Amino acid sequence: MEVAAIFLPLLAAFIAGFFGRLIGDRGSQIVTTGAVCVSALISVWLFVDVALHGNARTIELMTWIDSGTFEVSWALKFDSLTAVMLIVVNTVSSMVHVYSIGYMSHDHHKPRFMAYLSLFTFFMLMLVTADNFVQMYFGWEGVGLASYLLINFWYEKPSANAASMKAFIVNRVGDFGFALGIMAIFFLFGSVHFDTVFAAAAGMAGHTINFLGFDLDALTVACLLLFMGAMGKSAQLGLHTWLPDAMEGPTPVSALIHAATMVTAGVFMVARLSPIFEYAPAALNFIAFVGASTAFVAATIGLTQFDIKRVIAYSTMSQLGYMFFALGVSAYSAAMFHLMTHAFFKALLFLGAGSVIHALSDEQDMRKMGGVWRLIPVTYVMMWIGSLALAGIPFFAGYYSKDMILEAAYASHSAVGTYAFWLGILAALMTAFYSWRLIIMTFHGRPRANDRVMAHVHESPLIMTIPLGILAIGAVFAGMVAYNWFVGEGRGEFWGKAIFVLHENDTVEAAHHVPGWVPLAPFIAGLIGIALAYLFYMFMPQLPGIVASKLGGVYRFVYRKWMFDELYDKLFVQPAKFLGYGLWKSGDGAIIDGVGPDGIAAATRDVAFRAARLQSGYVYHYAFAMVIGVVLLVGWFYFFG
Amino acid sequence: MTEFPVLTPALPEIFMALSAITLLMLGVFRGDGDTRLISYLTVGVEVVAAVLVLTGSGVREVTFSNLFVMDSFGAFMKVLVLMGSALSVLVSINYIEREQMKRIEFPVLMLLATLGMMMMVSANDLISLYVGLELQSLALYVLAAFRRDHAKSSEAGLKYFVLGALSSGMLLYGASLVYGFAGTTNFSVLADLFAGHGQQAGHTSIGLIAGLTFVAAGLAFKISAVPFHMWTPDVYEGAPTPVTAFFAVAPKVAAIALFVRLLIEPFGSMVDQWRQIIYFTALASMVLGSFAAIGQTNIKRLMAYSSIGHIGFALVGLAAGTELGVRGVMFYMAIYIFMNIGTFGIILCMRQNGRMVEEITDLAGLSKTHPMLALAMLIFMFSMAGIPPAAGFFAKLFVFQAAIQAHLYSLAILGVLASVVGAFYYLRIIKVMYFDEPVEPLDRNISGEMTLVIAGTSLFTLLFFFFPSPLLNGAAAAAASLFAG
Repeated sequence: MEVAAIFLPLLAAFIAGFFGRLIGDRGSQIVTTGAVCVSALISVWLFVDVALHGNARTIELMTWIDSGTFEVSWALKFDSLTAVMLIVVNTVSSMVHVYSIGYMSHDHHKPRFMAYLSLFTFFMLMLVTADNFVQMYFGWEGVGLASYLLINFWYEKPSANAASMKAFIVNRVGDFGFALGIMAIFFLFGSVHFDTVFAAAAGMAGHTINFLGFDLDALTVACLLLFMGAMGKSAQLGLHTWLPDAMEGPTPVSALIHAATMVTAGVFMVARLSPIFEYAPAALNFIAFVGASTAFVAATIGLTQFDIKRVIAYSTMSQLGYMFFALGVSAYSAAMFHLMTHAFFKALLFLGAGSVIHALSDEQDMRKMGGVWRLIPVTYVMMWIGSLALAGIPFFAGYYSKDMILEAAYASHSAVGTYAFWLGILAALMTAFYSWRLIIMTFHGRPRANDRVMAHVHESPLIMTIPLGILAIGAVFAGMVAYNWFVGEGRGEFWGKAIFVLHENDTVEAAHHVPGWVPLAPFIAGLIGIALAYLFYMFMPQLPGIVASKLGGVYRFVYRKWMFDELYDKLFVQPAKFLGYGLWKSGDGAIIDGVGPDGIAAATRDVAFRAARLQSGYVYHYAFAMVIGVVLLVGWFYFFG
Repeated sequence: MTEFPVLTPALPEIFMALSAITLLMLGVFRGDGDTRLISYLTVGVEVVAAVLVLTGSGVREVTFSNLFVMDSFGAFMKVLVLMGSALSVLVSINYIEREQMKRIEFPVLMLLATLGMMMMVSANDLISLYVGLELQSLALYVLAAFRRDHAKSSEAGLKYFVLGALSSGMLLYGASLVYGFAGTTNFSVLADLFAGHGQQAGHTSIGLIAGLTFVAAGLAFKISAVPFHMWTPDVYEGAPTPVTAFFAVAPKVAAIALFVRLLIEPFGSMVDQWRQIIYFTALASMVLGSFAAIGQTNIKRLMAYSSIGHIGFALVGLAAGTELGVRGVMFYMAIYIFMNIGTFGIILCMRQNGRMVEEITDLAGLSKTHPMLALAMLIFMFSMAGIPPAAGFFAKLFVFQAAIQAHLYSLAILGVLASVVGAFYYLRIIKVMYFDEPVEPLDRNISGEMTLVIAGTSLFTLLFFFFPSPLLNGAAAAAASLFAG
């Protein structure tokens, strides 16, 4: 049963991928969607059994590698963390599968698309059920591959090619760190098995390793390296540049991979490894710092973007920042809580955006939208629900989780916690602002699309709106229902051994005892943000232009995404290209080809020509050669022999 | 009062001599019309001679006042010579009929030349060496010029004759020097003499070395090793193709056998001196054979350079001067015979509208018009280039192995590099056959003997890989017999 939940999507991907032509578009859609829906149902059962009834277990499948002391098995680990991730992944994935049937109805490669989606789902499930680092890495790389394939799904588009390569290469940087981290773990603990490593983690605290003459804290080094992997996959500041570009992929892909599941793998990884990270406080501080900075920077960029999907992408990045600074202050359960609620409302927002794009004939620029809310009322309502949840308006899902994170940050009373709290409040304000900016620009005001597009505007078919509805239910109720399990009184029982927090670090507990203004602050910030958005875009539409021109340089800096792309281009891309071009033209072309293959070939031809010319056809030449030969040989012996 | 010499060691030679005379008489009385019959009989005689060689005692025997020696080295090489010769006669039968060369002298001359080669292989004295060599050469001169109404053939025969006379002169001059400094021409006595000489002083007189060099030059001419190779391309191109095929195999084997015996037996203790000669000629032959062939358009000329290169590779084994090296040489020559006869068989099939063609480009598209023929050629070319699993790969492997064990690293490395260059022109033929468009297809009618020869040799070349031990063991035993004496 558990095994079926993991491997059904792989089977479906295999069938749709290799026999898609045979079973046709409809067949592929039924196979893949059916498989993932069954998986989703099993995960609900698993969630009840594992998380609520506390039956955590590990299922050994087979030995993978057994070489010396290095032992790795294929095994499925089911505990509360896994159960939560299974629910999130399989629910969102099944909704996206269903939605894709409608969204991709005009595409010519439906089986391929569905196969990739299912394949991604399988890898994500491998990642979350891993019971050792290597299997997790397998899933980690697998989702990276699926992400690459899906970003580049429309491979005729050069921009999609570029975006997929960028995603892959930037992730390689992070994955390199992750791999080094795994090696460090094996070096320190002699095992890559989670339970073994976790049991030994406390004893390893304070150990140092000598690297190039520096004595470094062993666990801090390992954790920072592991976090590097998380930074890449979860688009944290520094390794985030690929995520906005990844919006080149079809919108369901953005919803599934680049909002709800894959990008949260980093969060999951740190939470899974909490028994190690707890003993590396320096690494935790660093995580909190990076997370808070990401939340803030991404929110500022989100304010200025015009592409509807990019706005949501930066919003995703910002929310991931929240999750990371929650991890950084040891509020792992809060981070997981936000991960779960975020998955629902962010997938809802993306699929809603997809519905808008679908209605407006593939238009993504918000400056060419507007005035359509009466024409697509269902989508409009869904976007409202998603935005309310995102902005943290009370009783929507985001309210519970985001508040919890901010309270935990405040309650940690550390410098970096305070930094995270205030940046988090500012980011919350901006989140509300850009969310309503999006709603107003997209749905209200004068229609800015041309008449031909406007004539075509239509509500999406049921197959697309039903998934929206289901996700909306999650976006509304997930916070309310799960609050007690995740971060409330029942959290100890719920998480069991899945999450480990040192007693003095228990910020979630402390968060229940913060001053009264702290829980109110994000709500108020949200309201201010919404009000400002109405002011700027509904009532005084000339205001944004004035502010932008007044701020001048700052605005352009933010609009151009803090110049990260330009910086990386100058720092890495251009030198690499220069080096590559140089090695190609002068190194390979001139030196290796010139002297090597071409040079030798030319020399050979030359020698061959000369050798053939020796053959003059005159007997006396031949006789002369023989005599000279004998003379030379005898002479050789006479003088040297 | 002299004892009557023991005849049994020379039984095959005596049988062949008598048969040659008988066949000549038969031919003279029956006329040219029975050339085919004479040819078959020649093949039969050679087969019988081979059987006689194989059924010999196998132990070393000398006779005719120490002039003639028979041992298992000689037996191995004689069988190779007879095999090469018999196959050459077989592939020539149809050719000489078609090309108005049907003379009974043709097979008889080949038989006589083969007899000369047998004598060379068994020579145990500089005098018997020379006699055998001349018997072989005189027959070959005539064969090269056999189409005397054909300018190229006459030119080839004349060139071969003039240069051959020069080389014989060198050889005789060298033999006289050896006699002058050593006082004997007999191999066994020379061997004892040098062995003692080496122990005493470790110094050998320059006169002896000069003599050895001249003798070696004369023999190098026969195996067309550089720089005594110049006649080869012209003669190969000009001579009638079956004669070229014959030239390419049988005399090479005999001369190599003689060369090996001469250097290992009497001059064995002067290995440090003669190794320098062999090293140089081996290297020069490999390099020139590889490079000069690239520019050729005529396939017979190409085969001439190819054979120069192959002799260079075989000499690598001789340069090692060890038992392993000699085994490598014998093994190389055995495989060389099969590859070459097969290739020449295919060249003999190159006819367009009944007219012989010799350009490489005439092979274009052979894979489409004659797939089996192209496949056989492919096998031979791969084998010659030394690509596994074809037999030619193992041939090269063993000589280079011997060279490495004798610490001749530079020779082995340069040899392998030369074989890389050489691979180019072999592969080019394959490319022409398989990837170029056919211009004018070759004629279809291929005689039964030819099919048999090509199929047999190509199967041997391809499948040798599976049954290497009989040949390897034979060569090993033969090489051991040479070093035992």
